[in-house]
Amino acid sequence: MKNTREKMRLASVAGVAVIGLALAGCSSGSSASDDAKTGQDSRGPITYVQGKDNSNVVRPLIAKWNKAHPDEKVTFKEQSDQADQQHDDLVQHFQAKDDGYDVVDVDVVWTAEFAAKSWLTPLTGDMAIDTSKLLPSTVKTATYNDTLYAAPQTSDGALLYYRKDLVKTPPTTWAEMMKDCSIAKDAGIGCYAGQFAKYEGLTVNASEAVNGSGGSILNAKGAPDVDTSKAKAGLQNLVDAFKDGNIPAEAITYQEEQGRTAFEDGKLLFLRNWPYVYNLAKTDGSSKVKDTFGIAPIPGADGVGASTLGGHNAAISVYSKHKATAHDFLEFLISNDTQKFFATQGSLAPVVGDLYTDSELTAKLPYLPTLLESIKSAEPRPVTPFYPAVTKAIQDNTYAALKGSKSVDEAMKDMDAALKSATSSN
Amino acid sequence: MSAATEIPAAIPNPQGLEPRKRRKGGLNAEHGRWAVYLIGPTILLLAIVIGYPVVSAVIQSFQLDAGLDKATGLFVAGGFAGVTNYVHWLGQRCGDVTCPPGSLGSQFWVAFGNTFFFTVVTVVLETVIGLWMAIIMNRNFKGRALVRAAILVPWAIPTAVTAKLWYFIFDANGVLNHVIGHQVLWFSDEWASRFAIVIADTWKTTPFMALLILAGLQLIPDEVYEASKMDGASTMQRFLLITLPLVRPALMVAVLFRVLDALRIYDLIAIMTGGGGGSGNATVSLSVLVVDQIRQGFNAASALSTITFVIVFLVAFVFVRFLGANVVQTQAAQQKGELK
Repeated sequence: MKNTREKMRLASVAGVAVIGLALAGCSSGSSASDDAKTGQDSRGPITYVQGKDNSNVVRPLIAKWNKAHPDEKVTFKEQSDQADQQHDDLVQHFQAKDDGYDVVDVDVVWTAEFAAKSWLTPLTGDMAIDTSKLLPSTVKTATYNDTLYAAPQTSDGALLYYRKDLVKTPPTTWAEMMKDCSIAKDAGIGCYAGQFAKYEGLTVNASEAVNGSGGSILNAKGAPDVDTSKAKAGLQNLVDAFKDGNIPAEAITYQEEQGRTAFEDGKLLFLRNWPYVYNLAKTDGSSKVKDTFGIAPIPGADGVGASTLGGHNAAISVYSKHKATAHDFLEFLISNDTQKFFATQGSLAPVVGDLYTDSELTAKLPYLPTLLESIKSAEPRPVTPFYPAVTKAIQDNTYAALKGSKSVDEAMKDMDAALKSATSSN
Repeated sequence: MSAATEIPAAIPNPQGLEPRKRRKGGLNAEHGRWAVYLIGPTILLLAIVIGYPVVSAVIQSFQLDAGLDKATGLFVAGGFAGVTNYVHWLGQRCGDVTCPPGSLGSQFWVAFGNTFFFTVVTVVLETVIGLWMAIIMNRNFKGRALVRAAILVPWAIPTAVTAKLWYFIFDANGVLNHVIGHQVLWFSDEWASRFAIVIADTWKTTPFMALLILAGLQLIPDEVYEASKMDGASTMQRFLLITLPLVRPALMVAVLFRVLDALRIYDLIAIMTGGGGGSGNATVSLSVLVVDQIRQGFNAASALSTITFVIVFLVAFVFVRFLGANVVQTQAAQQKGELK
């Protein structure tokens, strides 16, 4: 009896182990370039995947498309509100080679990563789109290794919000802005704030500081280039502002919302934030600055600063079975009508340059001309397939420098080493 | 020979039944087989859902993450890594150099220290406060059921909601700073951020400890207390010499559960501080590091996951082996009078 029990136990353990090892050893063997080429002529129903549609722009657009294309209907798959969860959801489906995701909405910083993992169809040949009317800086975010992998669909740039009752003309350089801080001191309020908590917003602000002073984080080849005097000067501006109290001490905990609240409460003279703040500052019941704020492009070292580009691109998954329909849907997304609808309905900045001077749009979104100036001189965040590691390297070292735990020289040297380690393939 | 004068060789079973073979625990062979059939599918499911990922993670931890082929700019699978991933974490090697600040590898020992700091501080606080709460809940007074239910509310709220709640309370312009009258940057100062996490975690989990300890307290018979009162024991003596020793088995189990949970703390930190504070890493814990690493490379994350698993396992082993966190045996021994 004991013998049989022992045998059964051993047999079941062995069976489970074998199944486990077999499952763990599973791998597929198709090549990526083959996947990219299959289905390029095929048409049929497709699925469009995007994060939460807060402004309700996607569903009406898809309804419009479906009416015009009854045989190539688009189904909308809505993901979570959180950028990290959207990223992880896409990664899971791509790794499983799921053909259920045809057109995906990717944040500008993930495009290079997904392109390098061979998950996005290059937009060349039959899949090409016309990028001549699109803003060049947005096209740069969708380009990896000199190939276009996605169509920019919405954009976003930084704006400088300022109190026009205290400052007559907005500053055009960082030095001018710091000089204006005496006005803030007299009025008893903070001078400037951006986003300085240790999260993606800090990478955005650090990147603007570095690029605005003429430096760059990665050079054209994708190698770290941050240990230069220009980049150090950019970061030194922020560190000095913290030391002098021109940036209030609590701003080290600010994300977008905390800064907006402080500005609307009248506690800040200047605020660097995204365009969404405009409507809220104008219409919020609790906003004390409804009629006393203006907007301008952010200041740089010698002139207009280099805003960081936000926004989203639309890409075709290599595993899609109906790439021809997907391609046409991309063209639909970048068409003038759709871009106008994004702007009027969702307050999303369009990627088509001409629309920024369209009278109907500027009536609805008065910040558009300023935003255009901002986007024209915008620099994307480092376009690299190692973006998660790169942004961590930037965040950790910038934060330490702003807290005063490291000198700017040390911080840049460490950032350079961390970026090297992040972008090397081990 | 008559049947009455002879002692029969064997006393026949009056009902003629086969004697049922009895094993320890009262099951026979047929019961055993049915047990296997009924529990088998569950075990199989658990093996697939728990066993396979653990085995797969360990296998993955010996593979290199995908590297970038410089020529094509595309990722290609890394090959066999040996113990490179483990050396990356434990020995802080990123390629050929020591991991520079800003890379995840450099944060391993900081995370290790933070995790143990959180575990020790939160468990000590929760045990002390939980014991106090359990003693109160054990007493007989009007409205006891209401108090018991109210005490459980913090633990019933999902951790993510609790984290967001405390995120707003600890905001630089939030309620707590208003009440204190002094602006403490809770998420930016090194120790303030650590204690923010400790406070939120203690608030959330003390009810759990209180409940487990209450279960142990309720097993102590009243007669023991009555006898001690007759012997003239003071309250403090009763607490130290009767309550504590008799509640020890339940207390040790509660502490063990809490320690294992605290070593894996993730959601509170991820939502409240994202691992930041101090010069940027004051609150990062091992699990936060694993999730951050997943976005940069699965295989290194699997190695870190395995290291965390080994650490948690060792701590649990120490508890069970040497500190006697074993309710049934300890209680049975106590009741038999073998254990003080």
